[in-house]
Amino acid sequence: MKQVLILGGGTAGTMVANDLHGRLSSRDWRITVVDANNRHLYQPGLLLLPFGTYQPKDLVRRRDRYLPTGVNYVIGDITHLDAEGQTVDLSTGARLPYDYLVIATGTSPRPDQTPGMDDPGIWRTSAFDFYTLDGALALRDRLAAWDGGRLVVHITEMPIKCPVAPLEFAFLADDFFRRRDMREQVDITFVTPLEGAFTKPVASRHLGSMLDSRRIHLEPDFVVEHVDPETRTLVSMDEREVAFDLLVTVPLNMGADFLAGTGLADELNYVQVDKGTFLARHHDNVFALGDASDIPASKAGSVAHFAVEVFGQNFVDHVEGRPMRAAFDGHANCFIESGNGRGLLIDFNYDTEPLTGVFPWPVVGPMALLKETRTNHWGKLAFRWIYWNLLLRGRPIPIPTHMSMAGKVPAEPAAAAQRS
Amino acid sequence: MPVIEIAGKQVHVNEEGFLTEYDEWDEDIAQVLAQQIDVSLTDEHWKVIRFLRADFATEGESATTRRVQTVGGIPVKEQFALFPKKPAKKMAYIAGLPKPKGCV
Repeated sequence: MKQVLILGGGTAGTMVANDLHGRLSSRDWRITVVDANNRHLYQPGLLLLPFGTYQPKDLVRRRDRYLPTGVNYVIGDITHLDAEGQTVDLSTGARLPYDYLVIATGTSPRPDQTPGMDDPGIWRTSAFDFYTLDGALALRDRLAAWDGGRLVVHITEMPIKCPVAPLEFAFLADDFFRRRDMREQVDITFVTPLEGAFTKPVASRHLGSMLDSRRIHLEPDFVVEHVDPETRTLVSMDEREVAFDLLVTVPLNMGADFLAGTGLADELNYVQVDKGTFLARHHDNVFALGDASDIPASKAGSVAHFAVEVFGQNFVDHVEGRPMRAAFDGHANCFIESGNGRGLLIDFNYDTEPLTGVFPWPVVGPMALLKETRTNHWGKLAFRWIYWNLLLRGRPIPIPTHMSMAGKVPAEPAAAAQRS
Repeated sequence: MPVIEIAGKQVHVNEEGFLTEYDEWDEDIAQVLAQQIDVSLTDEHWKVIRFLRADFATEGESATTRRVQTVGGIPVKEQFALFPKKPAKKMAYIAGLPKPKGCV
């Protein structure tokens, strides 16, 4: 009996478990999933929760409900991984041996990594994260009572989970204050280490002009050195300062701590893998999927979904000694909420930046790419149902694994020239 | 990819002017590239550039400012002092390496 051990029962880990369960014979293989708790959080909902769109009960379900019968589920904190000895230790004292390991432990915000950010004088009273349930709830309560001032939406360092979420937060905040008839009392600044609103030129241009039209000030190339809790100021490496009354920050994101020192991971604890197959660099029986890997793609559920579709057949080939033939193209597909009941959609991969056009079918769409429409907003809301009922369980969704150029408008030559 | 002449040598560059061939770079070229972006190279600059070159040879990608700090031992704050405003991009440009991978 061979053991596949999957670390993490989140989006990627759950999809891998469902996929491999369908491919591997239960006579020969035992599949085990490990996670620290039994609460599966619908993370895209954390963006909308601070504005009162969702309640916590809408976003949390039992992890084991989404795992197939026959998959073993173990709860415990992972304390140690021995890649040579092929074992994983848990806080419960259990030691789990494996033949093949899939690391899907994701990435987490780490406010402790920036001096002053999690100072008790400001943390979750005037400085908030929203990628955690506790952070999003604290922010919801603060926003409901806030009477205005300087709102700063901030990214500490790339890469981060769901890289468009901070922009969406800024758009939604603008809409939120308009609806409450207090937009004039709020000054919004978007502070980013990137050189524009987004990394890719065409999308950066579109999203940048959306910031302008909402009177959201952009502070680019800002790498925070520390947060001064006394003066409530972000201070950059080159000594620029941005003062805030309310800070909504995306702290440094890091992979799981147990990966440090295993020889598998980079400086941010992301597992170093082949970007086409997800096989770890120096270990022939270790893979990493979802946000836990270092592939140069967005850390997003859609990327994990497309990745798992490529991974399944490769895994079977690999364990049977055949070469892995399928290569992941870095496909990402993200809805961007822009406020006022509208949204945008972007679709891109390792080599092709997000473009304008229609999706998923040429001419008819119905989704519009890089353009604010109501259909895209409804697409985002409908995605919660798709996530729980289709995506996690590995049922088909109507988007191909590999990115397609159908319906897209190629970038104008001017776009390349405008790259700074 | 266009071919241009820098310091008397023919080199391949991309549309943003970054060298695309690792082996076409040398220290004379670095001097010219640095001048173009108003950086005058001191020993401290060379320490960073040599680290980037050596790291790329083993890792196959340009080091981030975080990696230059944790592995190369040069604090991010100092990188900002040496290569103002956009250190990651400027360091890679002078070292003849690709712009650090898009933070997508």
